[in-house]
Amino acid sequence: MNYEAVIGLEVHVQIKTHSKVFTRVGAGFGYEPNTLTDPVVLALPGTLPVMNKAALDAIIKAGLLLGCDIAPICKWDRKQYFYPDSPKNYQISQYDQPICIGGLVEIELPGAARNVMGEHKKIPLTRIHLEEDVGKLNHHATDSLVDYNRAGTPLMEIVSEPAMHTAEEAFAYLTSIRNTMIYGGISDCDMEKGQLRCDANISIRPIGETKLGTKVELKNLNSISYVRDGIAHEIKRQLAVVAAGGKLIQETRDYDGVAGTSQSLRSKEMAHDYRYFPDPDLMPVHVDEAWKAELLRTCPELPFDKQRRLIADYQIPYTITSVLIPDRELSDFFEATAQLAGTGRAQAVGNWIANDLLRELGAAKLPLSASKISPTNLATLIQLIDAGTLLNAAAKEVFATMFATGDAPAAIVARLGLAAAPTDAGELESWCRDSIAANPKALAEFKSGKDSAINAFKGPIMKAAKGKANPKLVDETLRRLLAEA
Amino acid sequence: MSQPAELNIDRVAELSRLALTPEEKTRFSAQLGSILGHIEQLTKVDVTGIEPTAHAFPLNNVWAADVAQPALALSAALRNAPAQRDHMIVVPKVVD
Repeated sequence: MNYEAVIGLEVHVQIKTHSKVFTRVGAGFGYEPNTLTDPVVLALPGTLPVMNKAALDAIIKAGLLLGCDIAPICKWDRKQYFYPDSPKNYQISQYDQPICIGGLVEIELPGAARNVMGEHKKIPLTRIHLEEDVGKLNHHATDSLVDYNRAGTPLMEIVSEPAMHTAEEAFAYLTSIRNTMIYGGISDCDMEKGQLRCDANISIRPIGETKLGTKVELKNLNSISYVRDGIAHEIKRQLAVVAAGGKLIQETRDYDGVAGTSQSLRSKEMAHDYRYFPDPDLMPVHVDEAWKAELLRTCPELPFDKQRRLIADYQIPYTITSVLIPDRELSDFFEATAQLAGTGRAQAVGNWIANDLLRELGAAKLPLSASKISPTNLATLIQLIDAGTLLNAAAKEVFATMFATGDAPAAIVARLGLAAAPTDAGELESWCRDSIAANPKALAEFKSGKDSAINAFKGPIMKAAKGKANPKLVDETLRRLLAEA
Repeated sequence: MSQPAELNIDRVAELSRLALTPEEKTRFSAQLGSILGHIEQLTKVDVTGIEPTAHAFPLNNVWAADVAQPALALSAALRNAPAQRDHMIVVPKVVD
């Protein structure tokens, strides 16, 4: 019998706010333990939560970006459980009235090759709700240590329908959510900092069956490649159990990305009875059309829409867009430069950014925002090359200086004397004639239709010109003379 | 007052991470049962035509601007902790 896997993902995204979701102490990562607490975070007696308007704006914006319906009314519920990561013994969440309902996440599957766009699909969402993050437990040999810095950080839970069937789809889904949230300025989605976390519900069923099989929840998929590897591993494990005549049990498994294995969590940890009820300390939220419209105005173009537009408007290859698109600032930088550089130069702009600029930024360990190269200066550099003023080798040197100093390319060219020598037409023609005369074999080849044979003449010419001849001019002159020869 | 059928004191104790003695179980069963009995009276109210609501007041969208305020001093934050190490609260080991 042939089986298919069915995968649903629960993705938690921390919202990037200055303060926590129900109290105003600062939120953030990397602070000394327990230095981001206040009486509300620690649930000291007599404290009351107050909503953070920015967190609400952010989740509505996330819902709008992912095509969700925004509920006109939503409320807050208490999810009760006793665990040291939650000092209140309940987590404020949304149970039966989430703020965002439905929605679709566009994903791209791997293409046939790296330079080919893959198939696109839309994965339906069930809901997105807002809740508070909990504290972090650090487990040691004989005890656990609790840090409440993370407790109360605004956290979105994005729940997909069980609509994915491969680890690749899940990986693409998570990548798309991450890119969209980064574009929207909603979260930095750094998995190493816990800003993006993912649990997967995985089951298998015979192909053709519509009922879902026994579900296994896979936890601790805490890097984007662990999501792919962990899900692939779990599908394989379930298929093996069934193939061996065994029966799958509903359980939660913990994925160990380093070992590439998973193990069942004790059932005691899963004894859930959350006894949700409406939080009496928080008033419901009403979202009207005016609020939605205000947030819609702040929504950026979605990454895939931008990618399609860059390919159509600038005629640049897919490969370049797949480097530019995941980084909103980088793709904006491309667009600004391409517009300044002028028609027909977008591909050169893309190449300089994808190869040279990213290499220099990587070597210097700098973000794009710290780059000294402006779109204007990069566009000018490309125009100088196009005009034959600057040869490629010299252009690389100019670029390195631009990166280091931020100076305009023309100033650097003048200072370093890198301009292509204005070649005397008569002199160039005589070098060309000499070179053709010296290589009758290449001449014969060219005459018989082998166009690349022309390159054999160029070396001696460049040598005579001490590397400063304009290659375009050399090529033109050679072709004219070869046609006469 | 008799204990409502749905009150399972062992389950409640387990969820609350409390180890109760048999005497405590008897005592708390009676107390919780009395509370549940009190709440049960509400089920007798005729709510036909009344909209479900989470709150009695027609008050919505109560929030504050996202401006960070100073945190509690570390020493104050940890003052109630029975044990602490490395600026964190020590609790019994919660996983294997």
